[in-house]
Amino acid sequence: MPKKMLHLHRPLFTLFITLLTFGVLPFAIGQDIYTEPRTDTTNAALEESHAHPPKKFDAGKMIMHHIADAHEIHIIGDYAIYLPIILWADGGLQVFSSSHFYHNPHHETYDDNFGDQQELHYYSHDEYVLYHEHIYLVDENGGVTVDAETGDALNASVFDISITKSVAGILLTVFLLLIIFLSVAKAYRKREGQAPKGLQSFIEPLILFIRDEVAVPSIGARKADKFLPFLLTIFFFIWIANMLGLIPFIGGFNITGTLSVTAVLAVIVFLVTTFNGNKHYWGHLVWPPGVPLPIKFILVPIEILGIFIKPLVLMIRLTANITAGHIIILAFVSLIIIFGESSAAAGYGVGIGSTLFMIFMFFIELLVAFLQAYVFTLLAALYFGDATQEAHH
Amino acid sequence: MEFLNVLLQAGEVAANAGLAGIGAGLAAVGAGVGIGRIGASALESMARQPEATGDIRANMIVAAALVEGVALFAVIVCLLVVL
Repeated sequence: MPKKMLHLHRPLFTLFITLLTFGVLPFAIGQDIYTEPRTDTTNAALEESHAHPPKKFDAGKMIMHHIADAHEIHIIGDYAIYLPIILWADGGLQVFSSSHFYHNPHHETYDDNFGDQQELHYYSHDEYVLYHEHIYLVDENGGVTVDAETGDALNASVFDISITKSVAGILLTVFLLLIIFLSVAKAYRKREGQAPKGLQSFIEPLILFIRDEVAVPSIGARKADKFLPFLLTIFFFIWIANMLGLIPFIGGFNITGTLSVTAVLAVIVFLVTTFNGNKHYWGHLVWPPGVPLPIKFILVPIEILGIFIKPLVLMIRLTANITAGHIIILAFVSLIIIFGESSAAAGYGVGIGSTLFMIFMFFIELLVAFLQAYVFTLLAALYFGDATQEAHH
Repeated sequence: MEFLNVLLQAGEVAANAGLAGIGAGLAAVGAGVGIGRIGASALESMARQPEATGDIRANMIVAAALVEGVALFAVIVCLLVVL
């Protein structure tokens, strides 16, 4: 093919691949939901599943299930990567694959306090039971006792340190960070004094951006170097973790969308600020200069609360933005299925519009992935700068 | 008496869900107003000084992310009410 024609085709080709990837995604997720939960080779499981009439699609439950953590990385249909379950029980470490759980489903019903029949799905293996992605010990009947009112399990819980989807995601992020930055560091050592090449030239503007636009203006040129490794790590970790949640087909990671992960990041920022706070920082906190006396009495409690609230808001901002993005995309998928349940034509029609909206939302989520990492890093740098502020009367 | 209890409980759940919906809607209105004002002032300043467009655009996006954070804070609280 002559070169000139290739130039004409490339944007079209890119568009085609984008539409193919993101356009296939809703159907993939849809197929995931339409397939009955893994009914397996054992007759008991088969009988239990046949006793079930086909369920009406519950969008809320599907969305919550995809946002929450899981003990497997679900790829498509019946294919999943079963992650290891690691429990501390019976006086020792129990390690086994979660496929033991997921290949052993149970479907029962129970009566709730409102007089309805509620469905109960759980997985069991040996003396452990997996209900709503939490692991418990089996009760006397060999299953799960559920509080009739709230739907919570009443079994004894187990100390669970499994590799779940989010943990696997964090490990993957760390692995990617190590690959990228170790190779870039090696390239800098090898090519000292030369112009950057390859991955170096992609990473260098980003690092310089964080240093010159975020760290130095907030902390000051002299002290920025102390905090720069942490800021760079946080920035790239959050960015890569956010991006992982946007890749279709690998089970839908929701790493930074879980409160636990962002809570740890926020606590670390809080600890670094507290331990680096100098005399001026604490002094200005309890006795703000340049403020009339009556206002001081109102301001000081607010400032003291602010020490804790600022990292808290950091945590919630990141979680809420990422989770909200995932919920919106999943809601568009649910829309297709809800309309598809009434008639196939409606399903296809809504499918096209919904897919276009979903592609648009994916682009916004790409922006949000970068932006939230940037905002987290910027605010962390501002807090560090605050903590190490010099007197400037 | 028991029936009344059950009804009250069901009503409370429904009322909570309804109020959570209103809360989320108010959060959306707050975000819309806030980010709209940021966008308006950003566009105005870009018109006054076109050579500062890059700086203004970057700061606008940062401010919008912070305002959106507050609105999503309200959304999370509403979600916690429902669940």
